[in-house]
Amino acid sequence: MQLKTIRTERAAVRYYESGEGHPLVFLHGAGGVDMDLGFLDSLAQKYHVYAPLVPGYGDSEECAELRDMLDFTLHTWDVVERLGLKDPILAGFSMGGMIASEMAAIAPNDVSRLALIAPAGLWMDEHPIPDIFAMLPYELPGYLFYDAEAGAKLMSAGTNMSDPKFLQAFLVQNARQLGAAGKILFPIPERGLASRLYRIKARTMLIWGEGDKLIPPVYAREFQRGIAGAEVVVIPRAGHVAPFEKPAEVIGAIARLQ
Amino acid sequence: MRFTWFNLMPWPYLQDDFREKNRSVWVDIDANLFDPVKGHEVYNNYLDLLEYAGKLGFDGIGVNEHHQNAYGLMPSPNLIAASLARRTDDVALVVLGASIALYNPPLRVAEEFAMLDCISGGRLVAGFPVGTSMDTNYCYGTIPGLTREKYREAHELIKRAWAAREPFAFNGRYTKLRYVNPWPRPIQQPHPPIHIPGGGSLETFDFCIDNTYSYSYLSFGGYVRGQALMQGYWDRVAERNAPDSSPYRAGFAQTICVADTDAEAERLYAKHVSYFYNRCLHVYPGFADAPGYRTIKTIQKGILSQYSPQSMFQELSWKELVDNGSVIAGSPETVTHRMEDLIQKLRVGNIFCLMQIGDMPQDKCMHSTRLFAEKVMPKLRNLFPEFQDDGRFWCKPLAKRAKPGALPMEAELGSPVGAER
Repeated sequence: MQLKTIRTERAAVRYYESGEGHPLVFLHGAGGVDMDLGFLDSLAQKYHVYAPLVPGYGDSEECAELRDMLDFTLHTWDVVERLGLKDPILAGFSMGGMIASEMAAIAPNDVSRLALIAPAGLWMDEHPIPDIFAMLPYELPGYLFYDAEAGAKLMSAGTNMSDPKFLQAFLVQNARQLGAAGKILFPIPERGLASRLYRIKARTMLIWGEGDKLIPPVYAREFQRGIAGAEVVVIPRAGHVAPFEKPAEVIGAIARLQ
Repeated sequence: MRFTWFNLMPWPYLQDDFREKNRSVWVDIDANLFDPVKGHEVYNNYLDLLEYAGKLGFDGIGVNEHHQNAYGLMPSPNLIAASLARRTDDVALVVLGASIALYNPPLRVAEEFAMLDCISGGRLVAGFPVGTSMDTNYCYGTIPGLTREKYREAHELIKRAWAAREPFAFNGRYTKLRYVNPWPRPIQQPHPPIHIPGGGSLETFDFCIDNTYSYSYLSFGGYVRGQALMQGYWDRVAERNAPDSSPYRAGFAQTICVADTDAEAERLYAKHVSYFYNRCLHVYPGFADAPGYRTIKTIQKGILSQYSPQSMFQELSWKELVDNGSVIAGSPETVTHRMEDLIQKLRVGNIFCLMQIGDMPQDKCMHSTRLFAEKVMPKLRNLFPEFQDDGRFWCKPLAKRAKPGALPMEAELGSPVGAER
């Protein structure tokens, strides 16, 4: 994966690029792209993968001009445009799935294939999505991973919360990343997508870990009800971070869009 | 010096094992712990105490805003201030403050403050906090990364509304109004004095300096820990070439308990201090600081010790709290001595005295308050004689004010009603 920069009207955008074949744009979740780099490497065996970072993620500057859902949606279209892509496969995970859905709904004739991996964007009162903005680092693995214990080990590797320098760097990164994500996810990760889903014309795969405790799989059916012809693929023994836990299965599901 | 007697209005009935059984005193606290019938007693008791302090020579009585919080029962500080306006006479009403970014439209705050200023005859000291992350983000749902932008816009709207003498259109990002024309407007012109509670962000320092607002550090951590932050403020005042470094440009909240002797102070108040610091401040760390609420610059500056889990959430003893300055307690002599130390080291002209502490009963609170007013306050009055005429940060009441409850006796009313007498 190569990390590059492209400039839109509003922001300098960092993106990963790798592979050959049909272009595929992958939009990361609120946790950032780091954990998905292995998945993207595998994906790049099949596709020409572009994975832009939301401004504020990784080493990129936050963009104060991105305030609401429409800003995020159009910004990401600007990125696709600047990358010179026409009708790429649009794939998004969690928050990225929410943005991808909005992109497909606002410009239905420009997206023919859509892969939504445990997307955010809908809200069911009877299945409230836990508040990631009030979680402490040690609480996250329980919501993200199928195997929470293994996940906890992985997430705490190389971290030392009692080291003030590390803690400050962690807080800065957290403020940048989740501060940006909060514009569309806080306090409830819903910005009216339900009323726009009907516009989506793309062939759509809804890919969900069977053990997703953050956005439970019942949301797959809700998306399916809204998007004509959408298919649901449930991945066994995967939690919310299915691309990390079961990359081959997720790629297999995306490949069904061919 | 200006002394304001402050009441946070803590709920006094949290059980002994509250910390063990509940994750937070704030935001998602168990609703069943509130009893409205007891609430009736609590509110009236606290209002009585504020009125009592108002008669003892304090310059101001103070209230603030919190939501879904068992140590702060004032979601609407303006309601409490309105009640105080009618039952007090010459004391300032310090509302520190109303969270201007939380009202839709924020013009509501301009209107309510104007009402308070009119009812009280110009006794309002107004506060415009950004609000804590717990209140602003978690309880009231404001997006953390947009909170400050929304706050600045609300501030601009209120200032313009108070200054205007004809309707104007306000095309904000968060508030769009075709006809801004508040009725009434405040007595104090161009506006009541404004205090800004802050937690150490550079932006807030600059905001206060540029607008001639008083910067208030409302911590419970005491003056020893507050010193670094206040020094940061005074450095900034110098860096930005403010016309003066009047101590009234700054305020500080301090927990204070006074008794006849140091030992007596511990005997009388330790229990209630422990209730406050160990039960009321039991805030779930996940609610302390929503990502995006603080600016990157502020985090990088690293003045976050106030809310770090180590300092805020461990069980603290009387001795630790007194030694580290979280609580200034003891005989009038001890308290005077430490208050002097605080006032000089922090260079603060406005002191917000936290004297109703935790589940402290009325009689103890009155005792401590009276001792402070009679035996401590007079000795601290003239610590900054060169700035004694600095009235920029305090209210300017009307010389001639209406007396509440001054209707004539019905028997004195001649008949017919309305006839000239």
